[in-house]
Amino acid sequence: MTDDYEHYEAVVVGAGPGGAAAAAALARNDVETLVLERGVEAGSKNVTGGLIYAEESAPYTIDGLFPDFREEATERPVTDYYLHNVAGDKVKTFDITDLHEHDTDWSDAVLRRKMDSWLAERVHELTSETGGGLLTEVRVNGLLREDGEITGVTCDELDPIRADVVIAADGVNSELARDAGLMDWEEPDEWFQGVKAVVDVPEDVIAERFDVGDDEGAAHLFSGDLFEDVRGGGFLYTNEDSLSIGTVFHLDSIVEEQAEPQELLNNLLTHPLMADWLEGHYDEVEYSAKLVPDSKKAAHPSPHQGRLMLIGDAAGQMQAQGPIIKGMNHAVSAGALAGEAFAEAKLRDAPERAGDLYERKLQEEGVMGKLRPTGYRIASALGEHDPVTSLTDKVLTSSVGRLGVRMTGGLLEKLYSSPTLSQVVPDTRTPYVTLPTVIAEELGERISGEADYEPKDLATRIGDLTYDTDVGNPHIELRDNSMEASGNAVFACPVSAQDFGGGCYRAEEVKTNGSEEKRVSLDTQPCVECGTCAVVADTEWEHPRGGKGVEFKEG
Amino acid sequence: MHSVVLTKGVPDFREGQVSFDEDGHLERGATPTVMNPNDEFALQAALQTKVKQGGRVSVMSMGPPGYENVLEEAMSVYADDLYLLSDREMAAADTWSTSITLSAGIEKIGETEEHSASAVTESGEPDIIFAGFKTADGETGQTGPQTSWCLDRPIVTHVIALEVDEDEEKLRAKRLVEGDVDEIETVEAPLPAFVVTDPEFEPSYRRAEHRLKHKRFKAETDERVENYEAHLTTWSAEELDLDPDFIGLDGSPTIVSGVDPIPKAPSEREATMVDPDDAEGMDEVLETMRPLAGGD
Repeated sequence: MTDDYEHYEAVVVGAGPGGAAAAAALARNDVETLVLERGVEAGSKNVTGGLIYAEESAPYTIDGLFPDFREEATERPVTDYYLHNVAGDKVKTFDITDLHEHDTDWSDAVLRRKMDSWLAERVHELTSETGGGLLTEVRVNGLLREDGEITGVTCDELDPIRADVVIAADGVNSELARDAGLMDWEEPDEWFQGVKAVVDVPEDVIAERFDVGDDEGAAHLFSGDLFEDVRGGGFLYTNEDSLSIGTVFHLDSIVEEQAEPQELLNNLLTHPLMADWLEGHYDEVEYSAKLVPDSKKAAHPSPHQGRLMLIGDAAGQMQAQGPIIKGMNHAVSAGALAGEAFAEAKLRDAPERAGDLYERKLQEEGVMGKLRPTGYRIASALGEHDPVTSLTDKVLTSSVGRLGVRMTGGLLEKLYSSPTLSQVVPDTRTPYVTLPTVIAEELGERISGEADYEPKDLATRIGDLTYDTDVGNPHIELRDNSMEASGNAVFACPVSAQDFGGGCYRAEEVKTNGSEEKRVSLDTQPCVECGTCAVVADTEWEHPRGGKGVEFKEG
Repeated sequence: MHSVVLTKGVPDFREGQVSFDEDGHLERGATPTVMNPNDEFALQAALQTKVKQGGRVSVMSMGPPGYENVLEEAMSVYADDLYLLSDREMAAADTWSTSITLSAGIEKIGETEEHSASAVTESGEPDIIFAGFKTADGETGQTGPQTSWCLDRPIVTHVIALEVDEDEEKLRAKRLVEGDVDEIETVEAPLPAFVVTDPEFEPSYRRAEHRLKHKRFKAETDERVENYEAHLTTWSAEELDLDPDFIGLDGSPTIVSGVDPIPKAPSEREATMVDPDDAEGMDEVLETMRPLAGGD
C-alpha cells in the first residue's frame, strides 16, 4: 500500500505565525504546500504573552508577508513601555520605551486565536493556489522514514504523507524536533514558563486608566520582590478591550523555589499598582500557560536534518532580550527563510541542500546572532557562577551598593534601556530580584491601591477553559511516579498545586506492604499542553489527537 | 457518481421548539419544520462519495412548498442541487404513495438530459440513492426500502462506513447487523444501489487531498445556500406523469384507525430530603443503599 502514499512538495506542520510565514514563502514560489494544524482552528492551541514585533533589521516581517495584518489581526500597538521595580508597596518606574523602540518598526499586542485564525485563512488561500491548502484537526505525530531517510510525516488522522521538505513549526513541544533528536526536554534552565490571565476591561476604561488613545497601547513590566525569590517577571499589555496579564519565570527557578506559578500570577494581579488599574473590572476570562525556550541556550544552531527544517519555538528561537521577549518575529523570519531556502534549492535542482541554505540564511540575515548573542556567551561565563552572583548581590544590598543605586538612579534607567547590555544580562537573581528590589527600596514611591477582588482560584480557572477530552486516550503518561522523578510537577505544572485535587498532578500517599509512600499521580484532563511536566517530570509526552484537548478562545 | 439524498421535513422535536396541546397532540402550526435529523448522515455519506469519486449530490424531498427551507437546511450540509416534488395531489400521502412519488422523481432525473449525471447507469438514473434511518415523526423506516423496491435496486441498510468502486461498479459497506453496534458485517452491492445510513455512520477521510476537497465543497455549499432557490427544481404530479389515484391520500392504503395518547411518565419520584449533618438520617440512607452497593 505504500505506493498509495500522497505526496506534496512541502508539508508545513503547525499554523502559527512561523508556519504561516513558511507557507506564504513557499506558495509565493509556486511550491505545492500542505499545512497541517492540530487545533480545531489555528490559534486554538497557541498562547503568547504577547507582543509581536516587526524589527527594522529583520529579513521578513509578518505585515510584509500578510498585508492588512495589523488592521485585521492585532490589538493595540505599544506606544508606551514601562518597567516597574517593586519592593513591597514601593515602586520605582523606569520608562524603557527607548529600549522597546530600538530596531522596532512597530510592535502590537496580539491574542493568538484571533491572530492565527486570520493568518490561516490567508495561508489557505495562498497554498490552495499551489494545489495544497491548510487542514485543521490533523495532528502530525512523527516523521515518515524510508530506508533511514526522512521522507515525510505520519499523522493520527491521515495516512502517511511524503514530502520533499517538512517544515516543523509545531511549537515549543515539537514532536518532530524530538523525533529527529534535534531538541529535547532535559534541562529546566533552558526554559521559561509563562502563565497568563486575559482580563476583560471596557475600551474606555483602558483608555482612561492607561492614558492611551484609540491607536495607542501600553506595556508594563514588573520585577522585584513580588515573586518572592523566583527569577522572572510580570507583564501587562493592553488589547482592544482586554488586558493580558502574566508572568514569565525561569523554569529551573520555579523548581528550586518549589513555586506555584498561579500563585505568583496572583501576587501580580493583587499588587497595589494592578489594583488601581483593575478596580471594579477584574473579569478574568481565560487562564493559559506556555513553555518558552531560552534561545541563548536552547536555539539549535543547525536546526535541520535531511528534509526536515525546524522553525520558531520548535527550534528554540525565542529571544529574551533582557526584559523584552521576542519570539513570533523570529519565527516569522525563520519560516520565510526556510521556505525561501527550499524554493531556491529546488530551483537549483538540489532540494537536499535546503537545510544548509536555511542555516546559512539564519546566520547571514542576523537571526541567529540575535537568538544566540556572542556577548551573552562571554558574559554568562563570568556572571552565572554562584560566587559571583552572591558577591554582586551582597555589594548591591550593602550600604555602599544602596548609595550607588541612589546616586545613579537616572543612569540606571539609561542602562536598562541599553539594547547591548540587555542582551548580555546574566540569568541570575541579581537583575531579576535583587537589583529591582534595591532600586524600589531606595528610589521608589509608595502605592496605596488595594485589590477590591480576589483572583480566581485554580479550580475556577480550569473550569472556565474549554476541553474536548480524548476519553480513554491520555496524551501524557508518567514513566516514573516516584516523588524524586516527578514530584516537581505537582507545583510546577500551572494547572496543578500542592493540596489541590483537581489538577493534572497530585502527590498521594500509597500504602504498600505495610509501609506508606508518597507517589505522584496524573490526570491529563485539565492539561493546557504547556510541556512543563515533560521537562520537570519523567513522562512520555505527546500532544492530544487533532481537535482534542484544551481549546483556547483568546490565547 | 451521481447521488440523490432523500429527505423529509419533520417537526423540530427539540425541547424549546416543539409544542403540544393540552391533550398531548402536536401543534403543527406552532412547531417549526426542520430536516429530519437522521438525514444528515445520508448527506455526509453522499458528500464523501462526491469527495472521493467526484460527481454530484442532489437532494430530493416530497412536500408542500414550505419544505423549501428543509432543502435549504440540507444544502447547508451539502448539496449541488435540490428537487422538491410538490402538488396538492400528493398531500396526506402514506409511506407507500410517498415511495411511488419519490421513485417517479428519481426516474425523471434519469430521463431528463439536463438533470442526469449518472456515471454507471444505462437509464441515466442516479447511481446511488441515500436515505437516513427512519424519520423523527412517523418512525416507520418504510419509505426508503419501498422506494428502493419501486426502482428495483439492491438496498443496504444500517450503513456505518462506505466505499465506492466506480471501475468495478459496486459499493462496499460496513453495516450493523440487527442495528447492533456489537455486530458489524461488510457487504457489497452492485451499482446502481440504495443505501440507508445508520446514525452511527462516520465519513472517513484519510487523505489530505480528500480533506482539502471536503473543505472546498463545504465552502462552496455555504455560498450556494445563500441563494438556494436558484438551485431548486420543483416538479408537480403532472410533470412527473403520476396518476392521481396512486399518490397522495387516494394512493395511500394505510388506514389510521385511532390514536392513543402516550401515557405520561410520572413527573415526580418519591424522595426524602436528608440533611448531611443529620447523623441518624444519614445512617438510614446508608442502610437503604447497602443492598445496592454490591457493585453490580
